[in-house]
Amino acid sequence: MAGLRTILRLTLPTAILALAFSTPGHAQDRAAAARQGGLEAKLEYCKTCHGLSGQGYMGYFPMPRLAGQQPEYIEAQLRAFIERRRTNPIMFNVAHVLSPSMLTALATHFRGLNPKPFGGAPRGSLSTGKRIFEDGLPEANVPACSACHGTEGHGQNEIPRLAGQLYAYTVGQLTGWRKERGQGSAVDTSAIMAPTAHNLTRSQIEAVAAYVSYLQ
Amino acid sequence: MKRIGLKIAILAIVASAAPVWAGDGESIGVRNCTWCHGTSGQGYMVAPRLAGQRPQYIESQIRSFREHTRDNPFSKQYMWGAVAALGPYEARNLAIYFATIAPKAANDGDRDLAARGRTIYLDGIPEANIVSCYACHGPDAEGVRDIPRLGGLAYIYLKGRLEQWGQGYHSGPASPMPMVASHLGPDEIEALASYLSFVR
Repeated sequence: MAGLRTILRLTLPTAILALAFSTPGHAQDRAAAARQGGLEAKLEYCKTCHGLSGQGYMGYFPMPRLAGQQPEYIEAQLRAFIERRRTNPIMFNVAHVLSPSMLTALATHFRGLNPKPFGGAPRGSLSTGKRIFEDGLPEANVPACSACHGTEGHGQNEIPRLAGQLYAYTVGQLTGWRKERGQGSAVDTSAIMAPTAHNLTRSQIEAVAAYVSYLQ
Repeated sequence: MKRIGLKIAILAIVASAAPVWAGDGESIGVRNCTWCHGTSGQGYMVAPRLAGQRPQYIESQIRSFREHTRDNPFSKQYMWGAVAALGPYEARNLAIYFATIAPKAANDGDRDLAARGRTIYLDGIPEANIVSCYACHGPDAEGVRDIPRLGGLAYIYLKGRLEQWGQGYHSGPASPMPMVASHLGPDEIEALASYLSFVR
């Protein structure tokens, strides 16, 4: 009996303490928690812009799909933002505070997500897009996308997944490749895509971007 | 006689299809809005500026009031009732009407906090998992599609909205704003609201 009383005496204040700490957090408390780091908090931060399941989001700018993306590609791009080989003021700010281990953990997380494609791309030239994706445009020196990005557009290692990517994002990247990627003198794998992006016309870019946006 | 009758019939059809406020002066529908939202929809106290707002945003908010998904106290008290009789067609016409009026900036924030607010708006605070507002609301806080213009809205309105998301009130479905605002502290909210009130 005395033992039980001792237990009660010890546990009651603990229970009260626990209750006090579990009251709904104010924004400030949560910001303080976020400042301490933590993978979950950082993932929530990524998904605020890139969609709750990483499916991408249309803000003022298109935020690319990260779901199912190759971890090596995500990591390579985050490093490119930090080193300003890929110019993007928003993503520089986001990436430069990430520790190397956090960067790897984030990149790995998105591989496991598989939401439906964001959708919304025009469907008028999907057959042209499919042809470019599967066969390329030999007369214009455009290799088949599938040769490197895989027959289903899932990518591998540093070669990104294209399947389900936001139409507006892919169009934006292919039309402005050299303005954003491969900056500075450092070696960058993005150079591989530069001639291909250059050789595609605007309407061919739109066709292939629409096609890959619907790939699952 | 037959001809005159036909002409009158055509006139009647044309007149009934045109928006009710096509003539000079404000329609009853518009006046019902400006009663609270101020002359020319420029906003008054807690009723936000509608002038220059993105039409798709105005429409989506009218829908969210109708469906009771936007649920903060003023929405419940005023807007749920105000839009109850508005159909999608009327909602669209009102949205287009107000969107085409040039907005004036409220300029009523704390000038000393504006620079800090601008930094948060553009860069966020990545260390605290606070996202950049600019990524969705645009370089001049002008909004796009159903993402609202924030530039020039009144300090008290901006502050209230950011606080309410953190307190668990909702907007439309699938809005990332509750998550965004939950990371903002009072100082950051005051800085952002101050900055945005001056943006034109």
